[in-house]
Amino acid sequence: MDEKQFIQYFAEQFDETDASQLTLDTKFRDIDEWSSVIALSVMAMCAEEYDVILSANEMENANRISDVYNIVKAKTNK
Amino acid sequence: MARIKYKGVTIKAISACVPKNISKNSELGYLIPKEEIEKTINSIGIVEKRFVDEDTTASDLCFKAAKKLIEDNNIDRNSIDLVLFLSQLPDYKIPATAPILQHRLGLPTTTAALDLSLGCSGYVYALSTAMAYASMEGINRVLLLVGETFSKFVNKMDKVDAPLYGDAGTATLVDKSDTGFVSVFDLYSDGSGENAVKIKAGEGRHKTTVENLKEHTEKDGSILSDNEVFMNGMEVFNFVMRVVPKSIKTLCSENDIVLDQVGHLVLHQANKFMTDFVSKRIKYPLERVPYSLDKFGNTSSPSIPLTISSELSDAKLTDAVISGFGAGLSWGVAHINLSECKVSEIIDY
Repeated sequence: MDEKQFIQYFAEQFDETDASQLTLDTKFRDIDEWSSVIALSVMAMCAEEYDVILSANEMENANRISDVYNIVKAKTNK
Repeated sequence: MARIKYKGVTIKAISACVPKNISKNSELGYLIPKEEIEKTINSIGIVEKRFVDEDTTASDLCFKAAKKLIEDNNIDRNSIDLVLFLSQLPDYKIPATAPILQHRLGLPTTTAALDLSLGCSGYVYALSTAMAYASMEGINRVLLLVGETFSKFVNKMDKVDAPLYGDAGTATLVDKSDTGFVSVFDLYSDGSGENAVKIKAGEGRHKTTVENLKEHTEKDGSILSDNEVFMNGMEVFNFVMRVVPKSIKTLCSENDIVLDQVGHLVLHQANKFMTDFVSKRIKYPLERVPYSLDKFGNTSSPSIPLTISSELSDAKLTDAVISGFGAGLSWGVAHINLSECKVSEIIDY
């Protein structure tokens, strides 16, 4: 799974945050514009781009972009 | 899965009633940071919604809708054999509301009357029940009344639910038909998700007490009591993503229904984010997915007939795939005929 592409998709869920500001290590909840609506957008992105459905728990427990990336990666490798 | 097929019965008329009071989401500045309000409105697609006065109930809205349907279609009251009323906020615990509506509507005492209870999946289930009765010998016409007044359940300080819910009442007339159209319903439930949308107190499991009337603060800062609706938005979205697109595809593929040839896709008006996700996921043309939630919000079970009434009254109606999903967890999908359906103008009450 392409890390850069994943970060790009992740960044697209924000209005004012560019992919260049993000890395897999970014704590996305610390981004100013993070909201519950963006959390749902990230879940939708994972479904649309990777066919992976995140559970509410998985999303709630994720803090860094890598947490979401690793869940998606594990589920796509099944 | 319960797959049910009906031949020889159809929807003949639909009407809807909404309360006059308007609550605008742009006025939620007390609850949501001002800079987030516009984003929230754009995402959920709800600009405003209607709410009832303290003394108005779901059955009052349904009564108005039913009266309009009866008058607009010159229905002989003696020809209605059954009244079904679906709501999660009936007038009383006892008696059921359907007999009260039978009397208020001036229907004969030979009319059977029955209450049903479900949340946002309710219309699909109740329509199936109406068609089942109408298919039976001895019953021709069924008047299906589906209404909800969620504004009475929602705490104004609930960040998840306050922007979403509105009130509405609807009436649907189901009758015998000889078009040969076969309506198909797939009905599902998953009670393992009972906590995703819940009003914990006020019924048999936890009666209302002074203690559970007290408000508490949720993780996201929402304030509500156990006698008001709680929703875990992420769990509900996960549920919708998992089951709704798949269930629509299954209904179509297993019944030789070519989805993009179906006239309209009418989804429960949960919020635009969710309904857009479903429509895109099943690749259905968005221009044939009507939305009424911008004006009326998420009205729970009445949202499908309300949307038909609000958005399709001037449209050429053929067939439709409808889907309702929500508390329970419970969901249903159906392919129905709307070509014989007369849609009344919405009433403001």
